[in-house]
Amino acid sequence: MIQIENMYKKYIMGDNVVNALNGVDLHIREHEFVAIVGPSGSGKSTLMNMIGCLDVPTAGRFFIDGYDASKLSDDQQAEIRNKKIGFVFQGFNLIQKLTALENVEMPLIYSGMRAAERQKRAVNALESVGLGDRVHHTPTELSGGQQQRVAIARALVTDPPIILGDEPTGNLDSKSGKEIMQIFKNLNAKGNTIILITHDDHIAEQAKRIIRIMDGKIIEDREVS
Amino acid sequence: MGLLQAYKMAIKSIRSNKVRSFLTMLGVIIGVMSVITAVAFAEGTTKQITDQLSSLGTNLINVYITGRGSNRQVTYEQLKEFGDKNSEVISAIAPEMSINSATTKYGTNVRDTRIIGTTSDYEKTKVRGAQSGRYLMEIDNDNRQRVAVIGTAVVNDIFDGNNPIGESIKIDGNVFKVVGVLAEIADGSDSSDDDQIVIPVSVAQRMSQNSQINNYAILATDSESVDAAMIVLEEFLTKIYGDSNSFRLMNAAQMLDTLGSVTGTLMLLLGGIAGISLVVGGIGIMNIMLVSVTERTREIGIRKAIGAKKRNILTQFLIEALMVTGIGGTIGLMLGCGVIFSIGRMGIVPSVYSFKWMTLSFGISLLVGVIFGIFPANKAANLNPIQALRHE
Ligand SMILES: Nc1ncnc2c1ncn2[C@@H]1O[C@H](COP(=O)(O)OP(=O)(O)O)[C@@H](O)[C@H]1O
Ligand SMILES: [Mg+2]
Repeated sequence: MIQIENMYKKYIMGDNVVNALNGVDLHIREHEFVAIVGPSGSGKSTLMNMIGCLDVPTAGRFFIDGYDASKLSDDQQAEIRNKKIGFVFQGFNLIQKLTALENVEMPLIYSGMRAAERQKRAVNALESVGLGDRVHHTPTELSGGQQQRVAIARALVTDPPIILGDEPTGNLDSKSGKEIMQIFKNLNAKGNTIILITHDDHIAEQAKRIIRIMDGKIIEDREVS
Repeated sequence: MGLLQAYKMAIKSIRSNKVRSFLTMLGVIIGVMSVITAVAFAEGTTKQITDQLSSLGTNLINVYITGRGSNRQVTYEQLKEFGDKNSEVISAIAPEMSINSATTKYGTNVRDTRIIGTTSDYEKTKVRGAQSGRYLMEIDNDNRQRVAVIGTAVVNDIFDGNNPIGESIKIDGNVFKVVGVLAEIADGSDSSDDDQIVIPVSVAQRMSQNSQINNYAILATDSESVDAAMIVLEEFLTKIYGDSNSFRLMNAAQMLDTLGSVTGTLMLLLGGIAGISLVVGGIGIMNIMLVSVTERTREIGIRKAIGAKKRNILTQFLIEALMVTGIGGTIGLMLGCGVIFSIGRMGIVPSVYSFKWMTLSFGISLLVGVIFGIFPANKAANLNPIQALRHE
């Protein structure tokens, strides 16, 4: 499903060169539930952004669902993001002026779906994360946990095979965090491939595989017993 | 994603950012409105002056004798003789001797009005005759007949609108017989050309105890002859007075030419002001667009992260900018036309609607709005989603 070979990402800031990814090899199969852990600044988000086709590596090869991602045009990358991947950010990244429903509908607009079908699916997605009664609220009218659930609904509304979460519980209290983790577990049980970044060892233990990163390199890769 | 969807998205965005949309529109409104009203003012004023000058008659040459104390003096008879010799370019010469305020009495009614002493030729030079009764005749001057042709403002005032023909009036104590009413040309309003009385010049000379005539109205045979007529007049008068400073020749067409260059400068000046208003409006638009660019860059990052292509983003922002500036421009046009109409109604200057300037100002505002609406959006759409989301 995801195949990364010898990937590098360099950031050049004036005279400073940061090797955010320093030769990463990684293979993730369908239906896996992977947690990526490591200290702050170790390159977790950078790796996740590469997997999500949100950024391009400096060097290395990367296949997603059979496509050679390094050879895709901008528009093709946009299409992969739209159809294959659901991304959940630490900071939610909802559009503040739009309602929960409009936010969730948006990926479907870009995939060209008709309005009636779109609304039905968006409402279903919101119901599946327990927000059936909040569809017309804007993000500012929702709690952090609720906003993150809207973001998850947006990620899964296109029914993508892969769902990525960059510290999705990082900004939430422990109760909301637990609820969000439960949603991810349910999605994995239904067959989605889940990749989560986390600081929290307790959360990492709930995954089936843990990958530890340090200074842009994978230093540990183990199955959770 | 189709155009309809992009359009819906633009509307949603405009409505959810009312303040920003309004401020952008305001820039366009100010730009369009100030340009078209400024231009309308200039063109209206020009039209007003042009109309007034044209109404003087473009074939008419006015001669003003200014040479005082000179012992040489052109006489009416000399001018007449000169006119007859140059009949191919000059068709009529009338003296014009004015008494600016004379007391006119009919019974107990009194009015101060302007008296013009002239001849029957005045009818031709002014292209204005009598609307009832008769005009002056040659015999009136020859016999120093005390007859008067009076304007409608005088009729309305001292005759209370009754038929004055055949009645006797007193002008500065002299009895005159009213023989005609001058054709009305200014709605009979006070101090206009309807507020005057025409009498024989020979009588006027007697009354003022002054035989010197300082003004003449001379009619060229047609518009092509005006220049030639002025040249021969100039020659003739220079010969009599010895220099060309003792008299002045004026012609409405010539003044229109002069006015043309003045209004050209005026339009240039107003073009500058118009340009400045457009720039000010444009800067307003630009500011609003740039201020919101951080917020919008994040929005673009989010949209791209969930699968928007570059052209989806650009279409949405283009439609949004077109709509905001288009609506603003339309409001600006309507307000501007309202102002133009009102100043016309209030009689300040005539309403002139300049299609050229309306299109121009509307077009420029639209262009500015679109450029500054699209330029930041294009920059953001070229970033990858992560760069756009990091933007601050
Ligand atoms: N856009 C960027 N420009 C410059 N340096 C960056 C950028 N993004 C990340 N980095 C650097 O790359 C390294 C890895 O960052 P990141 O992947 O965000 O770490 P993590 O998510 O593990 O905390 C850090 O040193 C960070 O400062
Ligand atoms: Mg991170």
